[in-house]
Amino acid sequence: MGGACFPAGLAQFPSRVPALHPSRIPSIPTMGNVPSAVKHCLSYQQLLREHLWTGDSVTGALDPAQMADHTEVLRGIYRYPGVRYPVLTPNLQGFHRAVAAGATEISVFGAASESFTKKNINCSIEESMEKFEEVVKSSRQMNIPARGYVSCALGCPYEGNITPQKVTEVSKRLYGMGCYEISLGDTTGVGTPGSMKRMLENVMKEIPPSALAVHCHDTYGQALANILMALQMGINVVDSAVSGLGGCPYAKGASGNVATEDLLYMLNGLGLNTGVDLYKVMEAGDFICKAVNKTTNSKVAQTSFSA
Amino acid sequence: MAMVRSTLPRRLMGLASLRAVSTSSMGMFPNQVKIVEVGPRDGLQNEKNIVPTPVKIKLIDMLSEAGLPVIEATSFVSPKWVPQMADHTEVLKGIQKFPGINYPVLTPNLKGFQAAVAAGAKEVSIFGAASELFTKKNINCSIDESLQRFSEVLKAAQAASIPVRGYVSCVLGCPYEGKISPAKVAEVSKKMYSMGCYEISLGDTIGVGTPGLMKDMLSAVMQEVPVAALAVHCHDTYGQALANTLMALQMGVSVVDASVAGLGGCPYAQGASGNLATEDLVYMLTGLGIHTGVNLQKLQEAGTFICQALNRKTRSKVAQATCKL
Repeated sequence: MGGACFPAGLAQFPSRVPALHPSRIPSIPTMGNVPSAVKHCLSYQQLLREHLWTGDSVTGALDPAQMADHTEVLRGIYRYPGVRYPVLTPNLQGFHRAVAAGATEISVFGAASESFTKKNINCSIEESMEKFEEVVKSSRQMNIPARGYVSCALGCPYEGNITPQKVTEVSKRLYGMGCYEISLGDTTGVGTPGSMKRMLENVMKEIPPSALAVHCHDTYGQALANILMALQMGINVVDSAVSGLGGCPYAKGASGNVATEDLLYMLNGLGLNTGVDLYKVMEAGDFICKAVNKTTNSKVAQTSFSA
Repeated sequence: MAMVRSTLPRRLMGLASLRAVSTSSMGMFPNQVKIVEVGPRDGLQNEKNIVPTPVKIKLIDMLSEAGLPVIEATSFVSPKWVPQMADHTEVLKGIQKFPGINYPVLTPNLKGFQAAVAAGAKEVSIFGAASELFTKKNINCSIDESLQRFSEVLKAAQAASIPVRGYVSCVLGCPYEGKISPAKVAEVSKKMYSMGCYEISLGDTIGVGTPGLMKDMLSAVMQEVPVAALAVHCHDTYGQALANTLMALQMGVSVVDASVAGLGGCPYAQGASGNLATEDLVYMLTGLGIHTGVNLQKLQEAGTFICQALNRKTRSKVAQATCKL
């Protein structure tokens, strides 16, 4: 009788989730001033994968002061072989500075919402794509890989509902201009596994799952459930932030990124190989929380560390 | 650097192997889910400070207003062991009994059962475990001995036409034994079901489970107990509760236990969180188009009330988020 509950035909979970992209982009800027020395130390924990490069065009949602030391940080970190250190470059100027500082991978941030794009970078989606096209074209000429982000993939703080079709349209544009991977972000964490499934089904009509990543926020506690759904759909790249750093700039008091430790706990339990050492991530989390005087958002860390 | 408890990942690494759930199974979510609210009992039981009786009664009344179909009201256990539940009779007599809502109470033995019935209980629960060591440490007997005790309660309940819900603790891991085999969980569940429990709630007592383990355990149990008679009771100690619950839903489970505001800690991990927050569960189920009958706003009001009364912050992420979309 139990067998009747199982559908015929089984799909595999991906056998490995090859790239975790702990993203500090939404997080460090909302945390107050973090000294450059602290950011350097993060990299020594093999955790620092992405660094925010603001250039001169800083978005309204971010505190420009937080990322002003971009050159120092990028030059100061130890570059482990086999580890990638992408930086965010919102425009051509930022891109050139990033390259001058030694960047070997860059990211561009689009959104599936006109209102969000307007409020954030004061232009339309189309205009933002034109800017990114310049950046990505230059990066391709220099053999520098570019990663594309699509914010508001499951909902927008201004527009509310976002159609999967719109997400696909923007993703396809970024992929078509040369981004090797598209990270689909549930920026305000409003998504649930059903909306994640619908969105991914639509995007996967145009972009292969191997070129997709998910970037789930835990604002409503849905992140791991949404990630589980994405894994079941064939996605094998997941963004997360150590200690679940960062809040949600659109929801005061709310949590932000999914905690890398909690994600790793789930992936390890599922037998998915990430190559990431949970102990070391927890040490990095402990380090940065002490440095910025914040409590961790990771449940694994809360449980594991002695008081 | 802080020391990390070395037992943590070792329990994980060797346990899992690749598991798969068909993407087509995602269309098989139940149309509706019955939420069993355990905040007033499981939640408050883990709170250090004694909660005044009127506060407990008001909490339960607010949860009834929110439309929860089952609210575990209290526990008829000796006050010597669980002082928080010493006022069980007053609570059960003091709450408003909304039509269509069940108010089960925990009864660890015949004495507790009789007291519960005298106080007006119409449904009771009994607590087993899939771990010998856990049973020994908790109630100082073996699993078989505990089942013998429960059979007395079940006989009396049957005679009084009172339904009995069975809980099985440690289904995905034990704080003493570590790994628990799915076969053991199936064995204990089968025994409790055949003794007369109408439903078996499978509890990840220390929250160590992950979706693959949940799937393996449910696969084994579902060979012995029909899925319609199963519930899951996930703890969020390692942040896995909602993902584990999602897996259970995909397997066909349609009854989920949760606790308003994520009330209750974990007695085995100081500082750790405990139950899955009902608000976060309702948010997910609503997003999945699954009917629960629960009014999220009223549920949040109940959560706000009890957190203020306890002077502590909610553990529900939905409650923490203030942005309106």
